[in-house]
Amino acid sequence: MKISREEVQRVAALARLSFTPEEEELLTRQLDKILQYVEKLNQLDTEKVEPLAHVIDIVNGFRNDQVIHEPAVDALLSNAPAKENNFFKVPKIIE
Amino acid sequence: MNLYSLTLHELQTKLRKREISSQELTEAVFQRISATEDRVHAFITLCHDTALREAKRADERLGREKESVPLLGIPIALKDIFLTREVLTTCGSKILGNFIPPYDAATVKKLKGAGAVIVGKTNLDEFAMGSSTENSAFFVTRNPWSLERVPGGSSGGSAAAVAADQCVAALGTDTGGSIRQPAACCGIVGLKPTYGRVSRFGIIAYASSLDQVGPMTKDVMDSALMLEAIAGHDPSDSTSINAPVPPFSRYLDGDVKGLRVGIPKEYFIPGMQPEVEQAVKEGLRTLERNGIETEEISLPHTEYAVAGYYLVATAEASSNLARYDGMKYGLRVPGTDLGGTYMKTREQGFGPEVKRRIMLGTYALSAGYYDAYYLKAQKVRALIKKDFEDAFKTCDAIITPTSPTTAFKIGEKTQDPLQMYLSDIFTISVNLAGLPGLSVPCGFDSDGLPIGMQIIGKHLDEATILRIAYAYEQATDWHKRKPSL
Repeated sequence: MKISREEVQRVAALARLSFTPEEEELLTRQLDKILQYVEKLNQLDTEKVEPLAHVIDIVNGFRNDQVIHEPAVDALLSNAPAKENNFFKVPKIIE
Repeated sequence: MNLYSLTLHELQTKLRKREISSQELTEAVFQRISATEDRVHAFITLCHDTALREAKRADERLGREKESVPLLGIPIALKDIFLTREVLTTCGSKILGNFIPPYDAATVKKLKGAGAVIVGKTNLDEFAMGSSTENSAFFVTRNPWSLERVPGGSSGGSAAAVAADQCVAALGTDTGGSIRQPAACCGIVGLKPTYGRVSRFGIIAYASSLDQVGPMTKDVMDSALMLEAIAGHDPSDSTSINAPVPPFSRYLDGDVKGLRVGIPKEYFIPGMQPEVEQAVKEGLRTLERNGIETEEISLPHTEYAVAGYYLVATAEASSNLARYDGMKYGLRVPGTDLGGTYMKTREQGFGPEVKRRIMLGTYALSAGYYDAYYLKAQKVRALIKKDFEDAFKTCDAIITPTSPTTAFKIGEKTQDPLQMYLSDIFTISVNLAGLPGLSVPCGFDSDGLPIGMQIIGKHLDEATILRIAYAYEQATDWHKRKPSL
């Protein structure tokens, strides 16, 4: 097995996902099969290969540090699950 | 001939000559949708009232403006991954089931500026993760050529809508084949431009180093016209390339004499549908008769592309989808504390394939596995890109099948994620290398299902693949066939 049930639980916690025991079992089997498949990458010697994160040379797109009001605050808050005045309202974080 | 079945360039002429109005055309398209949508299920949201208002405005402009506004009055559909101001945008997910964007994607702004009439938002695999549109959280889209089969994916709604004449043209996005594979399955033309050619600003991110926007159209001329309308540099997308946009449609003259096309031997594999191989090989002979020179080439790392892709794409996805936490927009399912709210929101908001990919990506990026999986995949990505660079030293374009099979049956691959991933085996390398690729109809199998031929171009050389596809189309009439709906 490439991945254990415990590892699936650990990764789920990292990804802020939760699963029922049945889902966990199915997912362990499916991920195991996928990880066995990607194992084929190890047939290749990549010792001297530079990793490629991105196909084009990216230069930072600088812009002037100016305040813009588009979209407007109301528009940006319009999808908030909860809001108060001009703020997103979130569950309490600090005791 | 019904107005809804004409191509964009045919309608453009009729609109400019004032033979028809955009309002008539838009009404015809919505009548066609009413007559077929209960079988096809291509749309998540229809914009009937706003579309008719846009059509009316287009007609006023057509009466006024002498200079050409390229898409003026043309009804166009958008995959539901493009942010559309004040129009529901779900990305096929329950987590965005109530999301009304406050702004338009850069490409939507461009389409509107070019006079397009937005018909509606089309179905897709949730967060563009899938090859059949079966992963939509809402419903399954049917292939207009055979209603018990998938339209391909993830841009399956856009492909089905174009094939069923429910719009004149559509936009899709392509991360591993999501424009080209459904285009092949539905018998239309699908173009994934060079990475960076079209702005990604305002499209919902899946795998940011691979995602690209492109047109899905009834023929190659339409594809060129749509690309002209959406391509170009955008300062809001830091990966957008600052290069001039050629007048692609003006290069389409049918002359391809002397162009050299490479045929990679790794793309004709055991297990692929024999009729697909035959149709593509017959397509190559047609091109040879038109003066194209073909040569066998090798892209030696092809067999590693799917494995590399599913590590790179899922790693990027796991990071991109971390934003769906129930705080600023989308679904929020309250838990006992903040952590519990995150968990419950994501548990109920995401479907199984999205969760699976987040899990795989998180695993590949996690401590102790990063080098073995993510870094290894990036190195293999470099090898795949180099394969293409070497091949393009001797040829102008590369031709392959778009997909190893024609459209499969609904439910056929849903139980086996790996089998589903393998339907993208011929399209994925192109995304990893950032190159342009186009699928053009090249035949039908014995069940009457369309087959697609993929033409891959050099970096920023959409012009050559459009020229080849156009010459091919002029010599054949596959693109003229319509499904009987």
